Amino acid sequence: MNLDYLPQAALQLPANVPAQQVVVNAAQWSHSALRLRDHGAVLLSLWGADDRDRDGRFRVYAAFLLPQQVVVLEHSPTGGAAGYPSLTHWFPVADRLQRALYDLLGMEADIGDTRPWLRHDGWPEHGFPLRRDAAAAEPQPQPGRPYPFVAVTGDGVHEIAVGPVHAGTIEPGHFRFSVVGEKVLRLETRFGYAHKGIAKRFEGQLLHDGHRLAARVSGDSTVAYAWAYCAALESITATVVPPRAAALRALALERERLANHLGDLGALGNDAGLAFGLVQFSSLKEQLLRLNRQVFGQRYLFDWVLPGGVATDIDAPAVRALLDEASMLEQRVAGLRAIYENHAGVQDRFRDTGVLSTALAKAHGALGLVARAAGVAGDLRVDMPWPPYEQLRPRLVLAAGGDVAARARLRFDDIVESLRLCRALLETLPPGPSLASVPAAAPYRLGLGLVEGWRGPVMIALETAPDDRVRRCHAHDPSWQNWPLIEYAIIGNIVPDFPLINKSFNLAYSGIDG
Amino acid sequence: MFDILRTIRRNGLLDRDLPEPEPEAGAAPLDQLQRQLQTVFGRALRIRQVDAGSCNGCELEIQALSNPYYNLEGSGIAFVASPRHADVLLVTGPVSVNMEQALRRTYAAMPEPKWVLATGDCAACGGVFGTSYATRGPVSSIIPVDAVVTGCPPTPLAIMQGLLRITAKRPA
Repeated sequence: MNLDYLPQAALQLPANVPAQQVVVNAAQWSHSALRLRDHGAVLLSLWGADDRDRDGRFRVYAAFLLPQQVVVLEHSPTGGAAGYPSLTHWFPVADRLQRALYDLLGMEADIGDTRPWLRHDGWPEHGFPLRRDAAAAEPQPQPGRPYPFVAVTGDGVHEIAVGPVHAGTIEPGHFRFSVVGEKVLRLETRFGYAHKGIAKRFEGQLLHDGHRLAARVSGDSTVAYAWAYCAALESITATVVPPRAAALRALALERERLANHLGDLGALGNDAGLAFGLVQFSSLKEQLLRLNRQVFGQRYLFDWVLPGGVATDIDAPAVRALLDEASMLEQRVAGLRAIYENHAGVQDRFRDTGVLSTALAKAHGALGLVARAAGVAGDLRVDMPWPPYEQLRPRLVLAAGGDVAARARLRFDDIVESLRLCRALLETLPPGPSLASVPAAAPYRLGLGLVEGWRGPVMIALETAPDDRVRRCHAHDPSWQNWPLIEYAIIGNIVPDFPLINKSFNLAYSGIDG
Repeated sequence: MFDILRTIRRNGLLDRDLPEPEPEAGAAPLDQLQRQLQTVFGRALRIRQVDAGSCNGCELEIQALSNPYYNLEGSGIAFVASPRHADVLLVTGPVSVNMEQALRRTYAAMPEPKWVLATGDCAACGGVFGTSYATRGPVSSIIPVDAVVTGCPPTPLAIMQGLLRITAKRPA
């Protein structure tokens, strides 16, 4: 792909999708980002590395999604400095990513919000955990400091603070609503509560073990993350994954999509007052999980995708059972869809609620399900298919409207397409082994793995160290892009609709907290 | 409306008419567990769940407890929105430093007598995240724990069995 508009020659980057890397200086960093934006790129992720032990420098990386490839800009400030030019002006999502980068590494962008993001109470003031000289020991608890939320003032305005412990069984996060009566004027979200130091934990792990940690970045996307990690490692080591293993991985990824969509559709019905929907969809999800257990040995496929392939193969009776289940699901979900779409009460709650306009989704670089429900195209399986998707030719599923109803419709359509893909995979399952050996990796190599999980593209950027160990591993969840958009989608809606809107986005907390 | 009723009629009573889950090593059958839970807790147990930094895998299985198959509410066991209404604190995750205070406060807000069920490998021992600058490790390092459910994630049946174990250390 032609990248002539960038100031430096692009290098091929090991990845499961077309990816190139460009090394730039500070001036070129901003200029290149702008040129990339002009060519239709969205910022996918931003991360940094402390390479002072190797060459006395910090490095900052920015990964951009172009329509058919990924471009990574790399910049190392001179003289061991830790500052770099901010990208927030062109890519609003950079704001929180830059705050997280500062908290972890002490690398500071020249412009932008400087409030702490991952660093809550209890972190030492000047400890940057990802620096090579940071002590791995437990920090001493620090006294808490108030977090300055943006205040809304005026007659009758008051705040509602929710979280981090919520009323239901969901992940921790804080929502600060500024409201007049029932109407939401502003929502500000704050996360980082589930920050587990995953990036630090990766350092020094055996490359062949890292998939276990990657699988737990966000449990509901365990297959997507494990596959992304394995894809990065396999690209670096030039491992050829057996076709059967690739097909089985795709089967697992699509089943993960199905399980999450079924769960979400049930919860959406419930939040709109249709408990019947929750009962029906949660039972379908449970049946799918039980078949997972029968076929793959566990309900959720933690650690089933591993470097070189998959942990267990499936036999002919399992293929038949999975095909039968696909038929059952097609029929049952179609019936439930008709009920949802003809139910006046449900539609009254769904329609025009939590609207995300196409323009806003584009301007903020929305990703995945949330973007597609606002009419913004983008699906790695379609745009840059990696094996086995290049043979499956998935269809792009889009919905118009950007409201809760559109996000529900998108899930229904996604289920249909996922079931079609499952059927195609099962009917043409290639013979042969389902696991290959992964050779030793050369040290100091960077590789990417990108997989379209059920929420959208997840990315793993993996750098190797000597002795087959992880030097640095950065995981990115599409929820980084989509969380700020909830803050827009809620404006003008009423507080009781927030759970419904939030559920329709269903974004990751652990996935972004890291 | 007729579609809803027809679907209900066709699908039957889900908690009775659908197959048992695959038997798990060392686990009692589902109906036996449900009977035991009803006997021990007299159909009156309230649970407050706190995610103290889990990857959300455990949450998926805790949510499954409310589906028609496990039907925990049918045994009189419900999840409540406030710790002040709760008998049991169900905690997941390796207790992130950023959730430590919230966890302590939630526990403090519960009335006596109270039990804590640490759920999942992370809550039991720190799991793959262990103890670090960002995590405190097992829940028992922060608040008293009455029983532990291992598994990554633990199955709904394992969590139900864990609930039965909290009474082993019932406060006087």
